[in-house]
Amino acid sequence: MSARGAETLPSSGGNLEFLDIGGEIAALSPLQLFWRRFRQDRVSLVSLGFIGFLVLLAIFAPLVVDILGLPSPYTPNSNLTDSFGSPLGPSGAHPFGVDQLGEDVMSRVIYGTRVSLEVGILGTAIATVIGVVVGVLAGFYRGWVDTVLSRLIDVVLSIPILLLGLGIGAACAVRGCVNGTIQPGLGVIIFLITLVNWTYIARIVRGLVLSLREREFVDASRALGASNTRIMFREILPNLVAPVIVYATLLVPINILIEASLSFLGVGVRPPTASWGQMIASATPIFNTAWWYMTFPGIALLLTVLAFNLLGDGLRDALNPRTAR
Amino acid sequence: MARYIIRRLIWGVALLIIVSALTFVLFRILPTGDPAKLRAGRLQNPKIIAEIRHDLGLDKSLLTQFWLYMKGIFLHFDLGFSYYSNAPVKSLISTRLPATLSLVFGGALLWLSTGLAVGIVSARKPGSRLDRTSMGGALVLVSAPEYWLGLILLYVFAADIGQVRIFPGAGSYVGLTGEPLKWFTSLILPWIVVAAGTAAIYARIMRGSLIETMSEDYIRTARAKGLSERRVVLRHGVRAAISPIITILGLDIAALLGSSVLVETVFDIPGIGRLNFDAINHSDFPIVQGTVLLAALFVVVANILVDIAYAYLDPRVRYS
Repeated sequence: MSARGAETLPSSGGNLEFLDIGGEIAALSPLQLFWRRFRQDRVSLVSLGFIGFLVLLAIFAPLVVDILGLPSPYTPNSNLTDSFGSPLGPSGAHPFGVDQLGEDVMSRVIYGTRVSLEVGILGTAIATVIGVVVGVLAGFYRGWVDTVLSRLIDVVLSIPILLLGLGIGAACAVRGCVNGTIQPGLGVIIFLITLVNWTYIARIVRGLVLSLREREFVDASRALGASNTRIMFREILPNLVAPVIVYATLLVPINILIEASLSFLGVGVRPPTASWGQMIASATPIFNTAWWYMTFPGIALLLTVLAFNLLGDGLRDALNPRTAR
Repeated sequence: MARYIIRRLIWGVALLIIVSALTFVLFRILPTGDPAKLRAGRLQNPKIIAEIRHDLGLDKSLLTQFWLYMKGIFLHFDLGFSYYSNAPVKSLISTRLPATLSLVFGGALLWLSTGLAVGIVSARKPGSRLDRTSMGGALVLVSAPEYWLGLILLYVFAADIGQVRIFPGAGSYVGLTGEPLKWFTSLILPWIVVAAGTAAIYARIMRGSLIETMSEDYIRTARAKGLSERRVVLRHGVRAAISPIITILGLDIAALLGSSVLVETVFDIPGIGRLNFDAINHSDFPIVQGTVLLAALFVVVANILVDIAYAYLDPRVRYS
């Protein structure tokens, strides 16, 4: 019924605060309000579209490379380097040129989407779950639980993530870590990101929970005899969904950049797996002659990170009515 | 006030002890490789390895090793010896420190000045074309990986290989005491790269903060008194709006001291980051461990300074 009600809205009613459902006046749910504001933000919509495109590109990478008539990213071809071993630049058959091994750069950039999104989304998801659990516990129980967890966050935050990543990456590079539980490559990076970045979410969630637990609806629930667990899951968590989505979205680009930096420094994803950071690293020795090799992975990285940043900004503005545009 | 500072200092020391313990776990227990074998390098015979193991104290129990390690750090500032070159880590770090400090503090000066200037100009006319271009540009700079930006700048401007040969390129760094002018010019590109992303963040923060401040009543009062607009903005507006910047400045400088490795690698600056990068290639864990500890020290000290500055400026903080 409500869908039909929405359809009958006049098209000029963008500022309407009430939705007409079967003759009764009903207030818009926060989600509807959010969607209404978000829909008008063209930059965020474009970013969201671009991210959707990247996800499809990552999933169907082999198919896309096939359709474009490119060689697979792992096909070295010595015919494509000149007699000095310098790779050839962009051409019809290889729009982004090739690298020192004669591998097609465009094909590798397309496959690189997989690594970036995997790290960005998986790393963020795990870090967010841990962050929410810790933040809720610290904010809800306060007292010594809060003290211990907050101090833990202090400790983690005092170690620069890149140095830690270099250390762990190098320590785990040869035979893995903890007797091989943590494998070198993507596993180490996701482990590292999780290890450090849950603190970012936890701090924010803790602050939110501290103020949420004092609200009337929590008192009401307690008066009705609800247990702590029920209050946390039924009263507090639903109110955290919106802000957590915003901050998780803003964490994705940070994680993507961390992966690229570590791969650039040689302790992240290793060849032959295509990662944008690792491609920029192997382009570094020849960047003055083969400009295309460093340029295209860098642009891919820049656009991806920018899209997530813009989307995160847009979500925040749409969820927070007080932000002036 | 004194009690607050003492409490912060005690927690800072405790934090350093915990971080030291953590690095011990990370670099002595986590790696599956044997430090004695790494130290032995090409001389891989069992007798030499056993000797090295004894010298390094690796034949003692882990708990004893831990105790000796902590005692070394906190009583003698002893960070151990490089597996690769056998030199003391402490002196390796101190010879590399000036280059990193030059990079970081020069960069900080640049990002602070440009970030504030752009933020103030943007906040004066929010929504104008100038504001929208500079905020859009800021977001692009935040999203660009700094090492990539460095490569692009080198490709365009480096004096040896660039398209427009203006600035000295990679590997041109010289110490400040040697040739001050060369020191300055060689750092121009690295400073720009280091500053770009952070300046963009500062501009965004400053803009938001100043817009909020300018709608306060006392700004209207200042205007009503007939002060010039310039004086209202700079003396009354910026002065109040700048506090979030002050909070993060110390932490950003400290964080950069730890993460300068990317820019130092691209521009081949012989700083701590570069030392670290080379150490990684040799599995030279004592150096990595030493630099992690140093970076943590910077962060902890910066945090304490910020907290004290805050408590000094805002009495409410002390009681919370």
